[in-house]
Amino acid sequence: MLRVELRKRRGAFALDAAFCAPTPGVTALFGRSGCGKSTLISLIAGLLAPDAGRVVLDDDVLFDSERHLSVDARHRRMGVVFQDARLFPHLSVRGNLDYGARRVARAAPRPVAFDDVVSLLGLAGLIARRPHELSGGEKQRVAFGRALLSQPRLLLLDEPLASLDLARREEVLPYLERLRDAFAIPIVYVSHQFDEVLRLATRVVLLDAGRTVADGDIATVSRDPQLRAIVGPDSVGAVLTGHVERADAGLAVLRVGDAELSVELESAAVNQRIQIQVLARDVIVATVRPAGLSVRNVVSARVISVTPDAGRAVLVELDIGRTATLLARITSRASEELGLTADKQVWALIKAASLRGHVFNVPAR
Amino acid sequence: MLSPAESEALWLSLSISARSVAFNLPFAILVAWLLTRTRFAGRTLFDVFVHLPLVLPPVVIGYLLLVLFGVRGPIGGWLHETFGIQLAFTSTGAALATAVMSFPLVVRAIRISLENVDRGLEEAARTLGAGPVDRFVSVTLPLIAPGILAGAVTAFAAGLGEFGAVITFAANIPGETRTLPLALYTALQTPDGDALAARLAIISLTLGLAGLLISEFLSRALRRRLGR
Repeated sequence: MLRVELRKRRGAFALDAAFCAPTPGVTALFGRSGCGKSTLISLIAGLLAPDAGRVVLDDDVLFDSERHLSVDARHRRMGVVFQDARLFPHLSVRGNLDYGARRVARAAPRPVAFDDVVSLLGLAGLIARRPHELSGGEKQRVAFGRALLSQPRLLLLDEPLASLDLARREEVLPYLERLRDAFAIPIVYVSHQFDEVLRLATRVVLLDAGRTVADGDIATVSRDPQLRAIVGPDSVGAVLTGHVERADAGLAVLRVGDAELSVELESAAVNQRIQIQVLARDVIVATVRPAGLSVRNVVSARVISVTPDAGRAVLVELDIGRTATLLARITSRASEELGLTADKQVWALIKAASLRGHVFNVPAR
Repeated sequence: MLSPAESEALWLSLSISARSVAFNLPFAILVAWLLTRTRFAGRTLFDVFVHLPLVLPPVVIGYLLLVLFGVRGPIGGWLHETFGIQLAFTSTGAALATAVMSFPLVVRAIRISLENVDRGLEEAARTLGAGPVDRFVSVTLPLIAPGILAGAVTAFAAGLGEFGAVITFAANIPGETRTLPLALYTALQTPDGDALAARLAIISLTLGLAGLLISEFLSRALRRRLGR
């Protein structure tokens, strides 16, 4: 477990953050640009001195202002990947990869092997090149490799994809997933793109104006009103976890709560654990079970709450069994006409096509 | 092609200038580092002091060196008694005078490249386990290498022509401190020395051109290595 409790004042900006991250596991630090995510990473890594607080990693105290204890950044064994890669321009890719590896204490265990990193990140063809001969995506892959080979106890990834265009981001993301699944190294992943968080993380810490406002598993945080305020009404949606029940011909049936959801999924393995985001604006609510509709997913649900949302809309929270919850964004007029109140039994309708691209694999552990 | 006196002056110039650069570099790197990376009381005064040789007449520098490093001076006297080293009126002294004169040039070149070093790279090195000295040697130094080279070449070229400080502190001794400019000056003072002066001027000119070309070539190669 990584426990962080830090305060830092920089001019008019005050950071006051507290969160826990399981080890191993992927925890996302999510928030708008300028909310203090990168500052927090620098503080955890020891590159910036906090005003007060504690950083504890698996019972090792790395920083404690009360005990006047601060382990130097170079001894914290945290692999940091920065937004701008920060490869050493005077060294080749191999030189960069070796930089941290050569500085690992002689007696320290080396669970991450050079050849594994090179093949996992597809670096074999780049090894003799210099950083200025690499594309943005390649640079980030080398930066991942360099951090991994320093045998870190924790990886701190500070918006590693933010400097890449959409195509490059899609190119690098699969490598990040592989890296997450191949090594048991806990990851703290900073991002202001919720789809990246969905794809990589199982826990989310929400940061707003320098404060941690929510901290929990992604399904819980996805329904948090604070998150809604950050991502905007069109990106609000419940995140559900489940597994693949059946799969054939590009169509998979997922078991989520008591519900079965059909989705378009290119490659799905039965029993593979998945994480799915159902956008609130894609959910239709009906009080009678409809017939003669093309919609694939008709799910029995119970209204938990109806809360006013931006514009003339309300957000309906729906229980679909086994603590799984859906969000539906409908107009307040519709809600009144249907007489939606807590505990009312309804049907939630979700087009299979609207779930396309919103299903993500999660590692079994 | 060259007369013995000419080649003597040429080699003396090259050797004194090279030694002055060797003197200079470690101190210049240290001073440039202090001026860019640290904050201390009197930093501005220190900065001005380092740049004094640029604005003072070289003769004044030569005179001050004579006062400090002369055999009866506080530093020169100590050096002479303890190690038997004499600087005034020797080629080593000429190298010292040349070094002092070109010191601000070297500091300036290194300082500019230090200011351009991305501190983020040093931070990255730190997270990868490198201590302060290690970071400086493995990251900072290679990154400022073009600046060091530029400073060294400029200082070397300027050192070949140093006149005032050398003649004041180290005098004009054939085979010891009579460098190209001093030989040229001497030739001009001698009747019928015009032809010799012209030849020495041509040698100086060739030397200067070659120096500039080599420096341009080297810095291009270095920058290519760094991908700029």
